[in-house]
Amino acid sequence: MTERSEGIRRRAPVVTLPDEGGLMTEVLDRPPVSVRWQTVCDYDDLPPEDGVCALVHGEQVAIFRTHDGRLYALSNRDPFSGAYVLARGIVGSRGGVPTVASPMYKQVFDLTTGRCLDDPAVRVPAYRVRVSGTRVEVARA
Amino acid sequence: MTDLVVIGHGPAAHRLVEAVRERDTEGRWQITVVGEEPRPAYDRVALTSYLTDGADLAYPAHDDAVRVRTGERVTSIDRAGRTVTTDAGDTLRYDTLVLATGSVPFVPPVPGAGAAFVYRTIDDLDALRARAAGRASGVVVGGGLLGLEAARALQGLGLETHIVEMAPWLMARQLDEGGGAMLRRHIEALGLRVHTEVMLERVEADAVHLAGGTVLPAGVVVFSAGIRPRDELARDAGLEVGERGGIVVDDACRTGDPRIYAIGECALVGGQVYGLVGPCLSMAEVVADALFGGAARFAGADTSTQLKLMGVDVASFGDPSADALNVSYTDPVAGTYKRLVVSDDAGTLLGGVLVGDASAYPTLRACVGASLPAAPDRLLFGGTEAVAGAMTEETMVCSCNGVSAGAIRSAITDGGLTDLPAVRACTRAGTGCGSCVPLVKRILDEELTSAGIPVSRALCEHFDHTRAELFDIIRVRGITTFSGLIAEYGRGRGCDICKPAVASILASLGTGHILDGEQAGLQDTNDQFLANMQKNGTYSVVPRVPGGEITPEKLIVIGEVARDFGLYTKITGGQRIDMFGARVEQLPLIWKRLTDAGFESGHAYGKALRTVKSCVGSTWCRYGVQDSVGLAIRLELRYRGLRAPHKIKSAVSGCARECAEAQSKDFGVIATEKGWNLYVAGNGGMRPRHADLFATDLDTETLIRYIDRFLMFYIRTADRLQRTASWLESLDGGIEYLRDVIVADRLGICDSLDAAMARHVEDYSDEWRATLEDPERLSRFVSFVNAPGTPDPSIVFEPERDQIKPVIPEVVSR
Repeated sequence: MTERSEGIRRRAPVVTLPDEGGLMTEVLDRPPVSVRWQTVCDYDDLPPEDGVCALVHGEQVAIFRTHDGRLYALSNRDPFSGAYVLARGIVGSRGGVPTVASPMYKQVFDLTTGRCLDDPAVRVPAYRVRVSGTRVEVARA
Repeated sequence: MTDLVVIGHGPAAHRLVEAVRERDTEGRWQITVVGEEPRPAYDRVALTSYLTDGADLAYPAHDDAVRVRTGERVTSIDRAGRTVTTDAGDTLRYDTLVLATGSVPFVPPVPGAGAAFVYRTIDDLDALRARAAGRASGVVVGGGLLGLEAARALQGLGLETHIVEMAPWLMARQLDEGGGAMLRRHIEALGLRVHTEVMLERVEADAVHLAGGTVLPAGVVVFSAGIRPRDELARDAGLEVGERGGIVVDDACRTGDPRIYAIGECALVGGQVYGLVGPCLSMAEVVADALFGGAARFAGADTSTQLKLMGVDVASFGDPSADALNVSYTDPVAGTYKRLVVSDDAGTLLGGVLVGDASAYPTLRACVGASLPAAPDRLLFGGTEAVAGAMTEETMVCSCNGVSAGAIRSAITDGGLTDLPAVRACTRAGTGCGSCVPLVKRILDEELTSAGIPVSRALCEHFDHTRAELFDIIRVRGITTFSGLIAEYGRGRGCDICKPAVASILASLGTGHILDGEQAGLQDTNDQFLANMQKNGTYSVVPRVPGGEITPEKLIVIGEVARDFGLYTKITGGQRIDMFGARVEQLPLIWKRLTDAGFESGHAYGKALRTVKSCVGSTWCRYGVQDSVGLAIRLELRYRGLRAPHKIKSAVSGCARECAEAQSKDFGVIATEKGWNLYVAGNGGMRPRHADLFATDLDTETLIRYIDRFLMFYIRTADRLQRTASWLESLDGGIEYLRDVIVADRLGICDSLDAAMARHVEDYSDEWRATLEDPERLSRFVSFVNAPGTPDPSIVFEPERDQIKPVIPEVVSR
């Protein structure tokens, strides 16, 4: 799975279209019809180093903004409890990998892949997320 | 029965009798002890604390089988008839005789010295104190270990104090010139006046004259210039004594008469008289062993010393005067002096001196005579780290109780021990002077590590510090954000361990609402949503009910709120009511209803004070002696919202029947006829612990002051998620130490603790209400950022016993 996230370095709602890789390549690399981007919120609705949950085509997606402004998206469902709570976990890092810890039983997940770092057999679905203008958009990977 | 007579009742005699009683399961020995002091043996080493704190120094009494004759002096020994005669006119028969007559302070033969004081017995100190009253100045003759202690004691009695030493520097027996000079700087900084390399000419009623004409004013003069063994009884009985005193004994502590032994400061063993308690106790053990046919031998002793008084760290170990290679280091800014003596081939540690910072003492002392485990500079600055791994099985770790590294290791592995208190209890290591405790801890950590049990003190991969260290860093440096802290002191971006820990520290230090700015993202979900997450992702809500007292109107409000929001209700163990099943977007609506009716957050979600439970107390109860409900409410309102390393529970009982179960709480109060008894560090839960009685019959203001300090000291120094029970068990010195800190202000921090609590009380505000008043905080309380009005469809309930219960979906097994 490839994951892409846009490096946003400013909080202000200035349009910071990526100048390398990023949005344009993303769209041109794939047939446009296969990617259904859905706008979920403003970039400024995302608190730094924290998560929110959005309904995307009926699915619960947890969107995280890390300290460096990057965005990540995972399924909101904690596979260990069955509760939809990952967006309410603590965002951090483990050995350089950005992570979220489930608030229920504290297992840690890799934000880039959805893999559970405490139990490699378990993985939660990861989503693609990007910033378009000031808008945050999410799509199924 | 065989008669054992012991002459003298000091620490060595006391240890001998105890050691014999321990071994004597068949009742072979009839023991009589004759001591000339008016009281049984006491802890002479702690004499100064008797003067400064009025400490009770008495050792535990011997059992009834031992006859102790106090205030009585043996005047002669008849070796042929095997009897001793006392000044009471009694004659005692013996089969075995042990001389433990101790020593007298040496008073040099200068004019007027006879009227001066000495520093050896409780009676000496009583006389000294009486003399010091109303005097302005004092002189201590002798700048050794005991002289410095005496000088500090005089200063503590309010006297301007001078120390006069004949040698060129202080503690000349233990320190080298550089160490002595550094020590002098520290001593003078304490306000003591030091005169070295000077002879005493004469002592007058209110002055001391030194050679060269100096006259020091001296309302009190104390001699502490060495000891002389009490060997006169032995001498009169024809036993051999040394040229400079001391009863000559072999390495089994036996005199030339096979029925007579000598132990302690009166004995000359291997050509040496020992004035330190450790070797004296070893001699007692050797003789006890011999009395039961053992072959124990006194093989010399470790004369390493550490001066812990006066806030100055001084240590010497091994043979610091050995003629060999020296590695020394002086830091005049930090006021430290360190020197290691190593053998000429640089392979073996022979001894050393530490002044100003003796943290490496326990580990270095344990390595004397062994090959150097690391480069000398690492040994001087690396603390326990550099040394512990190099200890052999035989390395003596606790010289007070003779416990080797090997004995500690096998106790840990064989006994499955996992914490320091257990190791100390099992091996007695670290229960003497306590200086080896860091080393014992180090060995424990190593054993646990090799058994695969994690023990790192580091909080997590992002910080190498303990919680207590981070607390100090944040407090002293005035750091207010997690980002600021991790940038300077950590690495990476934090995790679910360090972030809430730091958030709790910031909250304890009063840096605003716990959901302000980046603080919110540091919090566990419970603190972030000010409610307790349950297994289906919903939350439970607990309003505060101080002391468990609630009006019918408020009960009705809780009932109405629970009914209107469809919540499950249950009475908690903390005398309040929990409402379950609220979704995040319902929480503010529920709080609105509750706060409008006068409720506030109960902090059931926080590592904070939970409840102060109470019985109904003297207002209603026929047996109650104090108003326990009133006090419980006052305490709960005082400490509400106080963030801590873990949750804090409390209770107040109105009489000794203890209906509120105060003795199972972090702090518990039980009413007495005269006031309140305070108990601390109790616990229920997984590892129940009965609380320790901290203080008795307190008035309410003193009680609150002690609790303030107890809580703040705990908050500052405990590990993450460490309840008060295990915190107290991990404190060196336990409850006594805690009393020293809180009551006697031993660390000088009580003002700071009091101020911190005053700030907490002043700054408290209800977190629910503050959230309701802040639109930005409120905006987080939605299930979906792009559909704020939509409830989470995954949350489903089914009925059970007329209430709701969550439907739990299939999950992967944990």
